[in-house]
Amino acid sequence: MGKYLLKRCLYMIPVLLAVSVLSFTIIQLPPGDYMTSKIAQLQMQGEEASLSEIAALRSQYGLDRPLYERYGMWMWGMLHGDLGKSFIYNRPVSTLIGERLALTVTISVCSILMSWFIAIPIGIFSAIRQYSPLDYFFTFVGFIGISIPAFLLALLLMFGTYELFGVTVVGLFSPEYAVAPWSFGKVLDLMKHIWLPAFIVGVAGTAGTIRVMRGCLLDELGKQYVIAARARGVSEVKLLLKYPVRLALNPMLSTIGWILPAVISGEVIVSVVLNLPTTGPLLLEALEMQDMYLAGSFIMILSALTVIGTVISDLILAWSDPRIRYE
Amino acid sequence: MSLKFLNRSRTITPEESDRFLVASQWRLMWWKFKKHRIAVVCAFLLFVCYFCAIFCEFVSPYSPYQKNIGLLNAPPQKVRFISEEGFHLRPFVYPLTGGLNDDTWERVYEEDRSRRVPIRFFVRGSPYKILGLVPWDRHLYGTESGEPFFLLGADHLGRDVLSRIIYGSRVSLSIGIVGVFLSMAIGCIVGGISGYFGGAIDNVIQRLIETLISIPTLPLWMGLSAAVPTAWSPIKVYFGMVVILSILGWAGLARVVRGKIISLREEDFAMAARLAGAGEQRIIRKHLLPSFFSYLIVQVTLAVPGMILAETTLSYLGLGLRPPVISWGVMLQQAQNVQTVATYPWLMSPALFVIVVVLAFNFVGDGLRDAADPYH
Repeated sequence: MGKYLLKRCLYMIPVLLAVSVLSFTIIQLPPGDYMTSKIAQLQMQGEEASLSEIAALRSQYGLDRPLYERYGMWMWGMLHGDLGKSFIYNRPVSTLIGERLALTVTISVCSILMSWFIAIPIGIFSAIRQYSPLDYFFTFVGFIGISIPAFLLALLLMFGTYELFGVTVVGLFSPEYAVAPWSFGKVLDLMKHIWLPAFIVGVAGTAGTIRVMRGCLLDELGKQYVIAARARGVSEVKLLLKYPVRLALNPMLSTIGWILPAVISGEVIVSVVLNLPTTGPLLLEALEMQDMYLAGSFIMILSALTVIGTVISDLILAWSDPRIRYE
Repeated sequence: MSLKFLNRSRTITPEESDRFLVASQWRLMWWKFKKHRIAVVCAFLLFVCYFCAIFCEFVSPYSPYQKNIGLLNAPPQKVRFISEEGFHLRPFVYPLTGGLNDDTWERVYEEDRSRRVPIRFFVRGSPYKILGLVPWDRHLYGTESGEPFFLLGADHLGRDVLSRIIYGSRVSLSIGIVGVFLSMAIGCIVGGISGYFGGAIDNVIQRLIETLISIPTLPLWMGLSAAVPTAWSPIKVYFGMVVILSILGWAGLARVVRGKIISLREEDFAMAARLAGAGEQRIIRKHLLPSFFSYLIVQVTLAVPGMILAETTLSYLGLGLRPPVISWGVMLQQAQNVQTVATYPWLMSPALFVIVVVLAFNFVGDGLRDAADPYH
């Protein structure tokens, strides 16, 4: 197990490096830099930015150095927990994104748990009642779930709740808790609001998980040990839950690898639509303003979290399934 | 080839079973696909959508840029058959008259019941050129007098939403196809090389693919499309978007191609070709790729909706295509907040088209997958 763990962790390094180069490239791609848009903005307001002032700001932010040096500086800082400084907010990036990132992770984890909670029972049902009307119904609903983009679902649900109850379900907190420091009450309040975004983000994953669960269970149910157990008179419920379901649950863990990137992507867009205080809206704003350090750090950290999450799911899988770690 | 296929059909005459035995691979697939009712219906639906997209000037009653100052945010008009005078065989609408609500300062519209505006097919309207070549001025439907008729309402500039949806489908539907073909080209080359040669090359390419797959695509897409210069012409932005979507999209296809190539290269016919002295390139091109062409078509059909959704999402965020380009995502930009959506719900109608098209692609892909699988 130790060897496998080490191998898996070492393998993360090149992936993370590739991700960092990619995110840094993206940030460098837009023509001009933050200073250009800042100058344009100042000129629109009728203020003239003097050349020396601009040059001073440029060197202060390191914008006059060559590309590889800036990448080096950025990476070096990142390893030391210094993510650079946001131009828009004039604050260190790490203070800006800490809480937002935590909320993104919370919503993502909640939505994965929620999609399992919904998908596993439905998957089991669809497998044992294959080709029943309800099985077809769930298949159809699943297809629709995959087809509706997350932002549309968010928009539709927002519209629906507005029409039906006259309330807008935006934000993650009630007004009285929005700026309050963390307390037990605030956590409870968060729980009251988090289910809707978690549900929206999880819908596409849920539909996919139902298919995987159904498929795996159908494979297992046809095997001889099931028939043998049935012949011995083991009750149906016990027979089902004791072996086939346990075996069919394994793929759930291995699918995290491809569910997680989708969930993080979904979370970003849903939080833009619902205006949640998570990474999405800030990332969009940063990209629109060409705030390179903020946007770059966001993309880097979101990708890194996904990679780490995938590795963790691999490790859990290896722990639960010895066949994998001795491969 | 399994004989299960035969057993499933109702009654088989000897001629029919002979026909089955001599039928080509493609014919067999077509027979199997026909059995998947939903997939056939969806394929037809997609055909209609693409037809409308190609001949959008003819299908849409108005130009997508035609503004009606008196009819800003006009609601959809009901098509009627029954008036106070009784039943009419020819459908008609009542014209809308707009005014301001004195209390809320909102525009309110009322139907003018004194006058019927009949709807006709193949009416004369604004002139255009079919496919940019043949000049014509007939439109699929419209009103004789040229009076505005909004089947799906009008937007904030009084432009017909349905006409805009039909014009927008040109961009929204084509970007998926073009994007998938580009990523398939990259995916086939890279995946083919990886699967065929194996060893160190395979290892490096596999790590690259894994890296790309493990990254959440949306933030990256957002970053890349934010980098598209605003000064670019619409056609350049369009192809910029295609390239952006393909940069990350090819990885999944490459992985699938590799898997199939690996299972195929062990087949006897590949060995036979090698023994006959065929070069590497020739074996890949002439023997391996064609044998899983059907499989590729399935993968492509299933990859298109993802591209369509990505374009819609990015344009909706204002990071993809921008006005004056018309696409479904660009149109949805207008439906960004609850107030707008609640007051003018018809601005959401492009969403319906997105969902229907994506759903149809998924069903067709599902049907094709069953049809292309010889062991099923």
